[in-house]
Amino acid sequence: MIDLDLTDPLAGVSPLQAPGVTLMVAGLGPLTLILPFRGKEDAVGAALGAELPAPGRSVQDGDRRITWFGKEAWLVSGAAVEADLSGLAAVTDQSDGWVAATLDGPAAREVLARLTPLDLRPTAFPVGAAARSELGHMPAAFIRTGEDRFAVMTFRSMAGTFWHELADAVRGVAARRGG
Amino acid sequence: MRLPCPICGERDRREFYYKGHALALNRPDPDADDAEWDDYVHLRDNPAGRTRDLWYHSAGCGAWIVVDRDTVTHEVFGATLAEDAEARDAAG
Ligand SMILES: [Zn+2]
Repeated sequence: MIDLDLTDPLAGVSPLQAPGVTLMVAGLGPLTLILPFRGKEDAVGAALGAELPAPGRSVQDGDRRITWFGKEAWLVSGAAVEADLSGLAAVTDQSDGWVAATLDGPAAREVLARLTPLDLRPTAFPVGAAARSELGHMPAAFIRTGEDRFAVMTFRSMAGTFWHELADAVRGVAARRGG
Repeated sequence: MRLPCPICGERDRREFYYKGHALALNRPDPDADDAEWDDYVHLRDNPAGRTRDLWYHSAGCGAWIVVDRDTVTHEVFGATLAEDAEARDAAG
């Protein structure tokens, strides 16, 4: 069998600290995409021991986070899915398919406002909100994990551009804030 | 322009892929005559005014939606999931 090396798509990148915001690589742990078969959402939720969050929502439960991830799709992160979902859903391990970053601080929203058309005001995107959208021209997912804290994900193949765009926006916002 | 995705809410136009008029949902019978198929595949009106278009929320939730809008004023009146619009059309 061929032995493949496990490599980190953002290896060598260091956290970027600026006035008002810190940009960090986020380790999301195992990622499992779950597409329940028609009418099986409740059964999938029961098997997972959790209710599948409504569209636009993400729920943290211990190590595990369940995030609405598109039409009839949910992403389980932070913990492997042990439940047997055969006959209930299409399940794929996407752990190596994504990269993620965390933006933390009162200027986090300002940074993202430069990169995505999402309305991220607290009224439209409160803590626990999740969305698929774009970051620059890249498909991306967004979760508000705290008042001033966002997790952002994109495909692994775009890791370099992803980090470049985020770091650039952090520096731009910092400069405007007199950093 | 912002489009009201029935699943995601109001979203920026750049998240969507444009397909064309929603008559694409009204597929003729397989044994319909050539003229009907020609009309379905190739012929489109170019309305100045109200129209129903198919859009794909490609960067968002991945739903196909039918958007009711005005090509002159750019007013958007609403949107439905294409699967619901299709079911409604099938029910007559
Ligand atoms: Zn949508």
